Amino acid sequence: MNEKLEPALRLQGIVKTFPGVRALDGVDFEVMPGEVHALLGENGAGKSTLMKVLAGMYQPDEGQIIIGGQPVRMTTPIEAKAQGVVLIHQELSLVPEMSAAENIYLGELPLKSFGRVDWKTLFDRSNAILERLNCNFRGEVTVVNLSIANQQMVEIARALTVDARVAVFDEPTASLTDAEKVVLFEIINDLKARGVGIVYISHRMDEIFTLSDRITVLRDGSYRGTLTTAETNEDEVTRLMIGRSLDLSRDAATPTLGETVLEVRNLTCAPLFKDISFSVRAGEVVGFYGLVGAGRTEIAETLFGLRSADSGEILIDGAQVRIGSPPDAIALGISLVPENRKEQGLVLSMNCRDNMTLPQVQNLTNGPFVSSGAENAIFDKYRDKLEIKTPSWRQTVRVLSGGNQQKIVIGKWLSMQPRVLIVDEPTRGIDVGSKSEIHMLLRALAAQGYAVIVISSEMPEVLRVSDRIVAMYSGRIMREFTAELVTEDSLVQAISGIQVNEVA
Amino acid sequence: MLLNRLKAGGPAIAKQGILVAFILFMIVFSLMSDRFLTPDNVMSVFRQSAIIGVMALGVTIVVIGGNLDLSVGSMLSFATVLVVDLHDKVGPELAIPIMVLATLCLGAINGFLIGILRLNSLIVTLGMLSAIQGLVLIYSGGQNVDIVDQRGTWFAIFGRGSILGIAAPIIIFGLLAIIFHVIMTTTPFGRKVYAVGGNPTASVFSGIPRSRIVFTTYLISALCVAVAAIILGSRVMGSQNNVGQGYELQVLAAVILGGTSLLGGAGSILKTVLGVLMLAFIQNGLILMGQPYYTQWLVTWAVIIVAVWLDVAAKRGRLFSPIA
Repeated sequence: MNEKLEPALRLQGIVKTFPGVRALDGVDFEVMPGEVHALLGENGAGKSTLMKVLAGMYQPDEGQIIIGGQPVRMTTPIEAKAQGVVLIHQELSLVPEMSAAENIYLGELPLKSFGRVDWKTLFDRSNAILERLNCNFRGEVTVVNLSIANQQMVEIARALTVDARVAVFDEPTASLTDAEKVVLFEIINDLKARGVGIVYISHRMDEIFTLSDRITVLRDGSYRGTLTTAETNEDEVTRLMIGRSLDLSRDAATPTLGETVLEVRNLTCAPLFKDISFSVRAGEVVGFYGLVGAGRTEIAETLFGLRSADSGEILIDGAQVRIGSPPDAIALGISLVPENRKEQGLVLSMNCRDNMTLPQVQNLTNGPFVSSGAENAIFDKYRDKLEIKTPSWRQTVRVLSGGNQQKIVIGKWLSMQPRVLIVDEPTRGIDVGSKSEIHMLLRALAAQGYAVIVISSEMPEVLRVSDRIVAMYSGRIMREFTAELVTEDSLVQAISGIQVNEVA
Repeated sequence: MLLNRLKAGGPAIAKQGILVAFILFMIVFSLMSDRFLTPDNVMSVFRQSAIIGVMALGVTIVVIGGNLDLSVGSMLSFATVLVVDLHDKVGPELAIPIMVLATLCLGAINGFLIGILRLNSLIVTLGMLSAIQGLVLIYSGGQNVDIVDQRGTWFAIFGRGSILGIAAPIIIFGLLAIIFHVIMTTTPFGRKVYAVGGNPTASVFSGIPRSRIVFTTYLISALCVAVAAIILGSRVMGSQNNVGQGYELQVLAAVILGGTSLLGGAGSILKTVLGVLMLAFIQNGLILMGQPYYTQWLVTWAVIIVAVWLDVAAKRGRLFSPIA
């Protein structure tokens, strides 16, 4: 069998324009059967647009889609699926109130006579797929009751209802824990072994280098090249992607630590977290690492006055404080950059400046009116300081890239001159270039004397930014590490709940 | 064609859509009826639109804050019956403040249930719509109320007076519109209403007292109803029990026509004024053309639905779309 294999999917010269934007400019892309082909690019490079063209949600202005050697035209996702192209979405697109099985077969429920749903077939087939995915739940369960990771599994199961030729995974690991990722990678390898062409979109270099056979890079809507994974390295890929090299070194300078700013003693909020004690000094970054659901976000929310603890003490500068609401926390100099930028961090319909000044708008007044001058001064200062790229303060934040949106949220809190800055998942959904910028920014902030808490589910991130790392498992602090002494192994053990012998 | 223009013009033309439509309507009607654009007619349309207009100002603020207020119709009945009834019993100088306080209490109930207890505003205000109508009937015992001495009371100036030839209702509406416009565009409170309507969660995460803001928007709405009731009571010098019935829909129609998003976070007081005037001129134009009363409703709602559709189409760049 040495005849040349036909690609499972080929995209040729795809052009797609939106008013004022050339989103895709002559993009070529192909996947061979049994190949994992990673698609890389910064936010806004055109990955999602390309995938929507592939899934029939957008029609290309020019170019061809060739599946199994035949040019095809697809106008709806269902048609694309019939051609064997399935898409696993980045953002969950499930109907929460329906059962897993109904979601898996949504739009193509098996029917009996008179259009009645054939429930037995539906559940049998769904359960067969879920078993193949090693899922520990059944098709009858309602989606809203499933964990995020299991919802992701339903999303994947949905792709397996047909004999897929091409499966597109768009940022599938964004909300998965490390253990769940392993399962996902097994599934991908299983699909691969059965000759399915896999398109894998992710920002995470380590995953791409573990999984993929080839890597194609897009930048600003145009094709930048295809590399064979085995023959390249992160550096080359990054250069292709952002047009420059990336400085990944950790700021090694020993921080000059100040006084303890925040101290938490035996904070408990059952059942979310128990007996939490830690402290943060000025000039220090403390990383909170753990699995999703380990209670890290809940601690942050308690410190910010969004939840109330059952017991325990919070001390600022050595004095015990009561934090009953976000305004209390803000008055004490505690700021929270929340986990979910779009839902919790920003009012997407507002402009950049108004978002940034929102927490202090009450105080930026001239008589009864908001002072535009004062607002602009704040915005200009933090736009320059954080290098936020936006044409004007009038731009609505909705259209900014993820990295710039995150900087707006960070700028919002820096402008409040906080003592303690809590940052929850600072780089979720942000491209590599901006990610590195935000990491350097967090280090720089600590160097300026802020007490910084970084909550993250990404080990490289925690290792890179933290002076100390607090490892949490199931609502408890398992261990604390200093940056010098931490190892990946011990960290993984700690967040998996494996007790180590206490070193006296 | 139109869609391409909408796309090409982008948000600019979409924002001005209501103004363009308004001018088009004025041209069409003035071509079809030579009485339409006479100063007398224009002034009388302005005057008639004042009551709906004042109420629409308050409802606009509620809607920008991300909620609805359907209770304004029967709240108007309540306030008008109360102020007219009390006028002869305790005199206008006491009747007005008592009525304003009582109406604010109703607004506070809305605000408490929706702002503090976080109940759905559609359900609460729909419930209040009929609850308040019941309250009016209990209060009046089903009797309509009148002011006996209609010539001798200074209460008449609000509905019947005028300054420099401009009718008092127009002046009240205009002043309130300017005040609320300034509040919404230049004060911290206005900014917070937009923020809470745009993203309530992010607002809480920014330390904004969401409950208090929503509560206040309902107080403002009730205050506007009280002002509308003063104008109405003063003009009619009497009140039926159900005088405000159906006003809630006209008010909401004006707000929607003005382009305020029912999802909250976007909208403008000045555009609501345009919406109010457009609604009034459409209804007036149809009457001048000899159309019966009920055709107004067909035409009004057709106009609103087309306006909303074009607005949505301009935002997503196509007339029909399977994905939002």
